[in-house]
Amino acid sequence: MARYDRAITVFSPDGHLFQVEYALEAVRKGNAAVGVRGTDTIVLGVEKKSTAKLQDSRSVRKIVNLDDHIALACAGLKADARVLVNRARIECQSHRLTVEDPVTVEYITRYIAGLQQKYTQSGGVRPFGLSTLIIGFDPYSGAPSLYQTDPSGTFSAWKANATGRNSNSIREFLEKNYKETSGQETVKLAIRALLEVVESGGKNIEVAVMTREHGLRQLEEAEIDAIVAEIDAEKAAAEAAKKAPPKET
Amino acid sequence: MKLDTSGLESSAPLFGSSNELIDGISAGPSFEIPDTMDFDGFQKEAVQMVKPAKGTTTLAFIFKEGVMVAADSRASMGGYISSQSVKKIIEINPYMLGTMAGGAADCQFWHRNLGIKCRLHELANKRRISVTGASKLLANILFSYRGMGLSVGTMIAGWDETGPGLYYVDSEGGRLKGTRFSVGSGSPYAYGVLDNGYRYDMSIEEAAELARRAIYHATFRDAASGGVASVYYVGPDGWKKLSGDDVGELHYKYYPVMPSTVEQEMVEVAGA
Repeated sequence: MARYDRAITVFSPDGHLFQVEYALEAVRKGNAAVGVRGTDTIVLGVEKKSTAKLQDSRSVRKIVNLDDHIALACAGLKADARVLVNRARIECQSHRLTVEDPVTVEYITRYIAGLQQKYTQSGGVRPFGLSTLIIGFDPYSGAPSLYQTDPSGTFSAWKANATGRNSNSIREFLEKNYKETSGQETVKLAIRALLEVVESGGKNIEVAVMTREHGLRQLEEAEIDAIVAEIDAEKAAAEAAKKAPPKET
Repeated sequence: MKLDTSGLESSAPLFGSSNELIDGISAGPSFEIPDTMDFDGFQKEAVQMVKPAKGTTTLAFIFKEGVMVAADSRASMGGYISSQSVKKIIEINPYMLGTMAGGAADCQFWHRNLGIKCRLHELANKRRISVTGASKLLANILFSYRGMGLSVGTMIAGWDETGPGLYYVDSEGGRLKGTRFSVGSGSPYAYGVLDNGYRYDMSIEEAAELARRAIYHATFRDAASGGVASVYYVGPDGWKKLSGDDVGELHYKYYPVMPSTVEQEMVEVAGA
């Protein structure tokens, strides 16, 4: 253990932590992930790279449960994600044990972000190469929340956000098109945002919807295809309306 | 002795050490062991030293309007009354009370420590801690010191989002949720009066009077209880001290001296 106390994440002369910035690069190379918060529904969508024919796609779930009322999706190094998710799951149960209450979304986000930060200030370790999107309902007030953390350990709450590949384009789309939605509208908004950068089709997106009553539900490929078809139809109708001659004289 | 700072640490272990294999579960508090030949004997002696000390009467019960908490104020060391004015109801924070039975120092210190942890929880989570959570924090701490001679028999009473809450927590690590508790050497006497007079839908005055009477009767029969009967009420706006009556005066209030007819009177004998 002698040589594991040297810090790897150190400041550069102009105040950057290069390891953290490189970690952010790793995130930028990861699969796109988008989260949208509605009034009673929160949606997470993740880009699914085409699965190899022999791979059992059910073992590659990208959206995971942290507790009954909290879910997480991430972009970046999936192996790091596994470690972080396991620690967060333990913390959720530990909190239930010590104060007999489920965690709030903010609490577990703070914990995950704190963990990510610790790895930027410890000897012998590198930062986690992932940004997470955490969704859930507050167990007391029932309010929906969406939070994002990044490799530096910062976190904040969002109405809608994206991370991973082409997240800037998705975020631009969301900024232009976001409005308060509920139920199916929220799902559609999330999928529309993801379709900006992902090839159309149910087999390229993984979507999970969380509601207060039913917790997290992964959508089936068929359901996603149906919604994508709806979206395409709406887009076509909008295009047609633009091209049609004006009705008023 | 190393202070228990487990409430201030985060639960992920620090790095640079070989503890990375212990995935996220921190080790419990550690102690320096005293330098004796016979540590087990030393432990037994320590426990025996504090054993008789739960000379007190405290009680608490939940009723329609909230929680009523009452206690006496006598501290005794064997047969010697060391104080008649001990505060046995400890104010953890404006909406939670703890009662003291057992070692006075243990109770005071750990209630204060609990108050710190509750405040830290409030600051970190932007919401008050529940009575359930606070009592669990205390119970977990006391459990980790089990067998080391702490003597604490306390009740945590408070009002949180779910309404009134009452828990009994002791130094063996036990924690019970309940609606009526009495702790201390005078508790059998207090239970007699309390259980007999208890109704869920009492008014605040009726409940306070019941609590006061129960403490009084315990101080009457139990040598280790006495002094002043304090009664506190915990409602939705927090706790409020209702009364603090000397039990001697309460005795004459409940059993006033009646002028009785004299059977025989001594008369001065006239003459030598």
